[in-house]
Amino acid sequence: MRVSLFVTCLGDRFFADAAADAVRLLRSLDVDVDFPKNQTCCGQPAWNAGHVPQALEMAAHTAAVFADSEYVVLPSGSCTAMLRCTYPRLLEAPTVAERSYELAEFLVDVLEVTELGRGLEGRRLAYHHGCHALRELGVEEQPVRLLKSAGAGVIPWEMDQECCGFGGLFSVKAPEVSVAIADRKLDTLPDVEAVVSADGGCLLHLDGRARRRGMPIRFRSLASVLWEARRGGA
Amino acid sequence: MEVHSHDYRARARRIIEETPEVREAVTAATRTFVDHRRKAFTNLDQNALSRWAERVKSHALTHLGDYLEEAEARLVERGAHVHWAETESDVHRIFERIVREHGVQRAVKAKSMLSEEVGLNTFLESCGVEVFESDLGEYIIQLLGEPPSHIVGPSIHKSLDDTQAIFHERLGTPRDASPERLAAAARDLLRDKFLTAELGISGGNFLVAETGSIALIENEGNIRLSTSVPQIHVALIGIEKVLPRWADLSMFLQITAKSATGQPVGCFVSIVQGPGGSPAGEPDGPEELHVVLVDNGRTRLLADPEVWEALRCVRCGACLNICPVYRQTGGHAYGYVYSGPIGAVVGPGLVGLEETLPLPFASTACGACADVCPVRIPIPDLLHVWRQRAVERGLTSDVERSVLGLLTSTATRSRLFGWAESVVGLVPQWAVQRLPLLREWSLGRETPRASGRTFRELWDEDIE
Repeated sequence: MRVSLFVTCLGDRFFADAAADAVRLLRSLDVDVDFPKNQTCCGQPAWNAGHVPQALEMAAHTAAVFADSEYVVLPSGSCTAMLRCTYPRLLEAPTVAERSYELAEFLVDVLEVTELGRGLEGRRLAYHHGCHALRELGVEEQPVRLLKSAGAGVIPWEMDQECCGFGGLFSVKAPEVSVAIADRKLDTLPDVEAVVSADGGCLLHLDGRARRRGMPIRFRSLASVLWEARRGGA
Repeated sequence: MEVHSHDYRARARRIIEETPEVREAVTAATRTFVDHRRKAFTNLDQNALSRWAERVKSHALTHLGDYLEEAEARLVERGAHVHWAETESDVHRIFERIVREHGVQRAVKAKSMLSEEVGLNTFLESCGVEVFESDLGEYIIQLLGEPPSHIVGPSIHKSLDDTQAIFHERLGTPRDASPERLAAAARDLLRDKFLTAELGISGGNFLVAETGSIALIENEGNIRLSTSVPQIHVALIGIEKVLPRWADLSMFLQITAKSATGQPVGCFVSIVQGPGGSPAGEPDGPEELHVVLVDNGRTRLLADPEVWEALRCVRCGACLNICPVYRQTGGHAYGYVYSGPIGAVVGPGLVGLEETLPLPFASTACGACADVCPVRIPIPDLLHVWRQRAVERGLTSDVERSVLGLLTSTATRSRLFGWAESVVGLVPQWAVQRLPLLREWSLGRETPRASGRTFRELWDEDIE
């Protein structure tokens, strides 16, 4: 099976190691991973802000980059939602929409992985569901199931499905509200060593706020934690 | 009524920073509403109900003229006066005439967002009419001189302590009076107003075309008093509130109450169909019933093929309660009578996009509102339509346009993009904090830590 990794613009710059872990993880499951070098940004920042012609240009570019890929896997729920749910509104017959998967979704729904390894034995984690992964892709159980199957305790968090307040440009257009929303999430966080999420924007936002508040909690990309689950148990 | 949406960010900041108790009160109340709502829909097929409700409302809206005329005919048959108001000033003129003709000096008013939309209290006061809000929440904010902060719970942003303080000051209740005591004090005062007011004003949750029935939902009993005790009752109803059949009403009453507060149905439902005592009319009720059907921008919104669905709104407030953005500030930050997600989609349609900016941007696009809407208004999509139009009309900031333009031109040239990704990682912290947009980021957050190398660079070196 061949998979093209779409690292996404945030992933490329801020979660490079996590994206490398995604490659390691997929290879360990006998998946051939390629990385089309002409990939850039999916266009979501522009779409979200209402700049449709710009979003269209980036969408067309991305669809062309992955035109021949069997599967496109993204370590990002939100960008996957852009490809799957928004591209059909921007482009004519974007087949890339049907071939794109968020990483955990791909592992569980396509590769039918039930257990990656036991590498997370005894870990106490919380999972933050990104809004677009949850509501647009319907990815809810897959990442949690994978974490638990590797022995991690995914500690119940009453606000795990609520928005973190990032919202793309919203985070800088209404920064006070954006931060207040993050505080609500952080204030209800159970006693865990790390918060895991498939969404880079949410992670940067929550991590930035937690560091400003001096909270010692770590915010980790799902791809890295899943690779740890695999490696530890392999 | 005036719109002050342009100050959204400053107002939101002031509320969050200077009145943290508002944020606490709003968060606590909305979370309670959300819990109750969730329980109310347990064991019900919410999707089936909302799909049905969506179809009924869409049908009514696409045949609006017919149904409104049918409702008018039924009401007139029973002796009601029906008025058509295209604008806020038309509403004012209609009220002025009624007030002058009957020498009205005092009015009691039931909770009505439409009356807020058209600035009715201020207008009536300018005609020399004393207006008493008869809903407890509305009464509290009337005492404080504030607009409602929530469609359903106008004083949602006030704590018990706030209410105790204003009642102590204005009504002389003890500073630590219990909520029951406060309600009793308001009731004592308002009872007298009900008995002496010549005019009772209400809104209307639904208007049934088939029977010409105005349905009103409430929990306190004040609407029933406002509509039946005074000699004249004027019901102010948005033209989008029409339902085709009597048989539609019962389910709409239920889904509205469940979505709003989680109640199976409101404590009181009043059905008003005509004045009392007329041969063809009702045995009880006011001597005169006036029904004012208000457009105030609604037909313009209806004619807009991209956003007309917003008119299905039944004003339950569920989208406000679930909204993470609304919860931090309450409604006053929005500077417009309808706040939260629904306000940000109807506002630009009713009063204009330019006037209500940046409301369509006051959302994280999390989509939670779409999940709870009982009439399936695609709020996130409608917000996006307004965002798109704001950009097309050049109403968004130059900085934003430049940044996104830069992103687009690099993102369609992959080698340039790879280079740009590398450069971003080299920008020192002190510079980041001075760049537009990123400056805003660092107000409450540390700046992101870039990876040592980009993924592109890692890939070239072979990932082991």
